[in-house]
Amino acid sequence: MGRTWTLIRRRLLQAIPVILIVSIGIFGLLELAGGDAVDAYLAVTGGGDPAFAERLRQQWGLDAGLWVRFLAYVESLVTLDFGWSVVMSKPVSVAILERLPNTALMMGAAIAFSACLGTLLGGIAALRKGTAADAGITVGALVLNAMPSFWIGLIAIVVFAVKLAWFPLGGIASFDRPDLAIGRVLDVAWHLVLPVTVLGLAYMALYVRLMRSAMIETAASDWVRAARARGLPRLRIVRRHMARPALLPVVTMLGLQAGNLLGGSVVVETVFAIPGLGSLAYDAVSQRDLPLIAGILLVGTLMVIVVNLLVDITYARLDPRVTDDRVRAGGA
Amino acid sequence: MMRHWSIGGVIGAAVLAVLVLVAIAAPWLAPGDPLDIVGRPLLPPFTDPRFPLGTDQLGRNVFAGLVHGTRVSLLVGLAAAAAAIGVGILVGTVAGFLGGWTDEGLMRVTEAFQTIPTFLLALAMVSALGASTVNVVLAIAISSWPATARLVRAEILSLKSRDYVDAARLAGMSRLGIAFREVLPGAVQPVLALIGITVGVAILVESSLAFLGLSDPNQVSWGGMVANGRAVLRTAPYLVAIPGAAVAVAVLSVSLVGDAMGRRLLVSRER
Amino acid sequence: MLKVRDLAIRFAGRSASEAGTLAVDGIDLDLDRAQVLALIGESGSGKSATMLALAGLLPKSAKTTGSVLLDDRSILHLDEREKSTVRGRRIGMIFQDPGGSLNPVLTVGDQIDEVVRTHRRLDRRAARAETVSLLSRVGIGDPAARARAYPHQLSGGLKQRVAIAAALAAQPTVILADEPTTALDATVQAQILDLLVNLVQVEHVALLLVTHDLAVAAAVADRIAVMYAGKIVERRGPEQLVTDPGHPYSRALGQAALPFVAAGDGRHAALPELPGRMAEAGGTACAFAPRCPLAIDRCRAQVPPVVPFGDGEAACFRAGETAQ
Repeated sequence: MGRTWTLIRRRLLQAIPVILIVSIGIFGLLELAGGDAVDAYLAVTGGGDPAFAERLRQQWGLDAGLWVRFLAYVESLVTLDFGWSVVMSKPVSVAILERLPNTALMMGAAIAFSACLGTLLGGIAALRKGTAADAGITVGALVLNAMPSFWIGLIAIVVFAVKLAWFPLGGIASFDRPDLAIGRVLDVAWHLVLPVTVLGLAYMALYVRLMRSAMIETAASDWVRAARARGLPRLRIVRRHMARPALLPVVTMLGLQAGNLLGGSVVVETVFAIPGLGSLAYDAVSQRDLPLIAGILLVGTLMVIVVNLLVDITYARLDPRVTDDRVRAGGA
Repeated sequence: MMRHWSIGGVIGAAVLAVLVLVAIAAPWLAPGDPLDIVGRPLLPPFTDPRFPLGTDQLGRNVFAGLVHGTRVSLLVGLAAAAAAIGVGILVGTVAGFLGGWTDEGLMRVTEAFQTIPTFLLALAMVSALGASTVNVVLAIAISSWPATARLVRAEILSLKSRDYVDAARLAGMSRLGIAFREVLPGAVQPVLALIGITVGVAILVESSLAFLGLSDPNQVSWGGMVANGRAVLRTAPYLVAIPGAAVAVAVLSVSLVGDAMGRRLLVSRER
Repeated sequence: MLKVRDLAIRFAGRSASEAGTLAVDGIDLDLDRAQVLALIGESGSGKSATMLALAGLLPKSAKTTGSVLLDDRSILHLDEREKSTVRGRRIGMIFQDPGGSLNPVLTVGDQIDEVVRTHRRLDRRAARAETVSLLSRVGIGDPAARARAYPHQLSGGLKQRVAIAAALAAQPTVILADEPTTALDATVQAQILDLLVNLVQVEHVALLLVTHDLAVAAAVADRIAVMYAGKIVERRGPEQLVTDPGHPYSRALGQAALPFVAAGDGRHAALPELPGRMAEAGGTACAFAPRCPLAIDRCRAQVPPVVPFGDGEAACFRAGETAQ
């Protein structure tokens, strides 16, 4: 247990410069963008005379110099106050917190789906190396990887929601929600089938490739030859001596993919009209709600850091060679 | 050398060559502005020889859009990938060669860019700076250089210790001079294997941004065509299917070529 | 008990038209319980291919002829299912690299448990008890704690002891050891050899030791078979092979190894520097002739037959002679 805590402490320390750099970057971007919260406010409320704008600026502390503005920005971040979202007419933090659970649910399911199916297919391809099955899986993964997720999503809607009517067109739940709790859970799950599948398929190719090459490597290892010499059943050799060590690079990939999936959720949530962080980002971007964009970027970064921490803990459990002083080399 | 080109690599290269030709010949293949209204709206494909792929709900020629969209996709993809790889090589070389605090600082920045969800960053940048083609290229480049930087840095570190670097140092070259003139050519080689992926991702990100309405509104793009077709998804699904398939074909051909290049590189390195 | 007759192994060529290479060219071996037979030769002599054939681990592209009988049952051409009843269960195997033959992400106890459980229907707890007993029998102190260790936490010598325990786990009748001490330090090497000799007596198993090192072979073997270019060129007891070799090749091996044999430490001897390269197996002359200081025209014209020599036999027209 001590090892895990050391790992967590170390990772959190390493996250500090990352968060700092990202914050500075966001501040720089907002400065570059020109136009501040007052402009955005006035644009929504329907203008106002320059004197009123000036008063507001003074009131919100926006007329000060760059350094003062930066310090004010840092202070607001530390207190988790991301400002006011004009688009949502509520504090940015509230808007984000409302949407976070849906995205977390969808992302978690999509990560699990793509990693499980991807490693399974990659493993099968490795065991059948050089056969038609291998070629089919490899090419299929490449083709899926090349398709834009919004396109897979729209095609899935046409086929499975419009033509076959197996799944809903979009949304996270039905308007007439079932009374029972279990019914509500199933209702949400039913709504998530298409978006999760689309998001998962779009990011599955990497797992297929990684697992395939890792397993081809372990299959040729001395310990697999030794396991065969010990007369172990084939299935056992495949599971414990080929697949299990091959899973290590796949687990590493989970962390690296988290950010990509979060980015992908913007498109998928927009296509399936799911009220999550991604569609919130879309609304913020299309209406230039800069405080909201900044808040989403920061929260997104934090989410990736948390996922990576979970991945590191899992990795340390799976690979006994990871010790306190030699934690998974670097971030990549 | 041709022996090492797989079937996939050959097919990818052929398709890519066709796409490049189409992009170059767009003004002759489909003269005029592809955003002009030229016919009856919602003509299905293969019904009117003037509009082989039909028209959209405003009566714009889908074929013309597809042809001109090739230009935008390939141009943005290549430009963004070139910029990303350029920045990556620069950062990786400086970090790997100077070491010390410079390395430490640059690697923290690289880590930050690998942690921040890159598509969100690209969205934010385009939204903040305005939806022009240049900004789209910039946004994609800035969110996809870290992989190259890490790779180049690792290569530099392993090459740095070799003899010829010492020889160059004895000959009185400056440290960065050695880095860019002597070590870099060797370190850049494995980056070639990354080109395919980087260009492919850039094309995908460009199409996603365009789909979300974040691209130059005066230029036709495949992602924008899909977004436009979405409104009539039930009645005219071809308006979504055709441009989306074009994105998939372009990305697939680029990644097939990249794959083949990477594999050839591996073979030549093993010798 | 283990009886090999006229075993030949041919690896497939790269294309169907290519003949492929003959790795082993008709060899005979006999081995009984509580006996150590050393198979010695340089790399490329076919000793490792022989071992892999006995273990049923040759790639599918390799073609084998002849017969291998274990307790009068043929084990050469079995299907995968039948093979798994022989591998591990009847024949245990020890590899050269003790680190490589253990899965890095499983505890060593788990890796022995699974062999015990696969071959002897024991439940989890009984299997672990047997594992701990095996670890203590191969000379590992505090075996219950060591069973919970991962391979990277053990030294090379301990890892090889674990690999030996895994090979013994199913109570096989034959142990095949492929250069079991080559990757180890000199002192550890001697300890592992002692352990192997000891186990042969205590566990009553037969040991086939494959090595390129005459000093190692002479230290532990009851009989030594010298292999060259796919053939066994001499078969003797260890003392006589060292003091009075019949085949010029054995003499060359002995000259390299002798100081170490005399010194009594199991130190790793370098291969003798012989001019030229090993000839291809399956020719119509003595394969050693091109490198042999005693070679005469006859050696280059026909394959020398096996003739009785000393306490064994040798395949040489000029057996026992020395160069002037």
